[in-house]
Amino acid sequence: MLELRNVSLNFNGGDGAGIEVLRGVNLQLERGKLYAITGPNGGGKTSLAKVVMGIYTPSQGQVLLDGEDITGLSISERARRGIAYAFQHPPRFKGLTVADIMKIARPDLDSVHMRGYLRDVGLCPEDYLERDLGPGLSGGEIKRIEVAQLLARDAEVTIFDEPEAGVDLWTIQKLLAIIVKRYKGNRQGLAVIITHNEQFLPACDEIILIDEGTVQGQGPAQMMWPLLRDDIVCKQRAQCVGIGGRIDGI
Amino acid sequence: MAFSKLEQDLLAAVADLHALPSGAFNIRKDGEAVERQSSPNIDIVPKTDRPGIDIVVRPGTRGEAVHVPVILTRSGLRDLVYNTFIIGEDSDVLVVAGCGIHNQGSAQSQHDGVHEIIVKQGARLRYVEKHYGQGSPEGRRVLNPNTVVTVEQGAWAEMEMVQVKGVDDTTRNTTAYVYEGGSLKIIERLLTHGTQQAVSAVEIHLVGRDSSGQVLSRSVAQDSSHQEFRAVLVGKERSVGHVECDSIIMGDARIRSVPELIAESGEAVLTHEAAIGRIAGEQLIKLMTLGLGEAEAVETILSRFLR
Repeated sequence: MLELRNVSLNFNGGDGAGIEVLRGVNLQLERGKLYAITGPNGGGKTSLAKVVMGIYTPSQGQVLLDGEDITGLSISERARRGIAYAFQHPPRFKGLTVADIMKIARPDLDSVHMRGYLRDVGLCPEDYLERDLGPGLSGGEIKRIEVAQLLARDAEVTIFDEPEAGVDLWTIQKLLAIIVKRYKGNRQGLAVIITHNEQFLPACDEIILIDEGTVQGQGPAQMMWPLLRDDIVCKQRAQCVGIGGRIDGI
Repeated sequence: MAFSKLEQDLLAAVADLHALPSGAFNIRKDGEAVERQSSPNIDIVPKTDRPGIDIVVRPGTRGEAVHVPVILTRSGLRDLVYNTFIIGEDSDVLVVAGCGIHNQGSAQSQHDGVHEIIVKQGARLRYVEKHYGQGSPEGRRVLNPNTVVTVEQGAWAEMEMVQVKGVDDTTRNTTAYVYEGGSLKIIERLLTHGTQQAVSAVEIHLVGRDSSGQVLSRSVAQDSSHQEFRAVLVGKERSVGHVECDSIIMGDARIRSVPELIAESGEAVLTHEAAIGRIAGEQLIKLMTLGLGEAEAVETILSRFLR
């Protein structure tokens, strides 16, 4: 189980004042479940994922994995403990091939499985394995390769940060199917998808709404999704007529 | 001649030689040829007017390789050699050159190579040259190759020049002339560290119609080392040329990268890209999220970049 206890995160602002990105976040995520984290841009979703991965150090609070406090562990140590994170904007590398990064993600990966993971994300292995992760690949291709690495890692906690961004509609369906099949009900671990996508959100077990650095709501997707969908529609309508929109019940 | 362990290591480092090759070869050690063998299709003939050899590949020779490594093991030696490579019409061969210096003393060891390479009509040449140095920190190791390449009509050449360790000072000059329908690709990989200095100047003249030239340079400068890279493309006819130089800078190193394009024909298409930068923090973090430690992530990025 992954647990966040009263996690806050502050960044220094340009004027020396602190910017509170996360404020006292408490979460308990169970094995065997597929979670969606959603919410407005700038609400703290990616920051939360980076706190779990160890990229950001919280200003207060704890991150626990199966009851063990991992707040003080480095990024590499957390990766080795079974936490995996697919970046929203993965960096590019000159000279590092797709095959290289897949082997780094999982050193014992054989050729058959490597090819299989690339096919899972809609990429033809023969066309990609020897290609550089450089400027020659599109944003969508880089994102799919990022997802393939996490499928290969088979970690205990897997976090996908907007896997659908920049990816074509046909591939989004494919990614959703493979993630749902792989993680839903799989007691070996848990997965989190940070997403705004209307196909991903209802397909998850639970939806967590994060805004202004706090958890605004959490519950089963069948309960949360209709409320969120109505809220989005309401806000769109409100914007059209120039008034603020608010939904009760979340 | 039996080679010592040290000499064997040098030969392996610069020419990937672990035993005497079966084809043509010439091994030069401390200013003298110590092993030489021609093959039925590749003649290696010593020059009579100055130190060096002529390597003559007969027309139509295909799938053969010739190894011509140089090693220096005596401190304070200055070796100067003139080599001429003639790659016969319609042949397709690999040339493995390179120089390794072991300098255990305090005097400077230096190898200057003056090379002329002529790739005849319709021939294909792959040329690999590695530089490597080792020994005590006091004894400087200096390598200065000067190469003139002629790529004749319809010929193709790829030259890979690599220097990744132990050379204190190098000045490499490469000038090439590419004729009608000919193609030349020069790949450089360079790593400097400590207080090493490296200068590379490449000039490709695209003199023939539909000729092409490409220079790809990747370098890493660490510590207080200094690199200078100049690449000039001259398009004299309808031709295509591209220069790409990417460098990673670390520590207090300095890099000067100067691509230059000269079009003397309205039909010449010449382009360049140049970039110098540190390893991005997000690249390190990405590899660390896959389980690599920070030092391991740096090593992975550098080794793949220079591969």
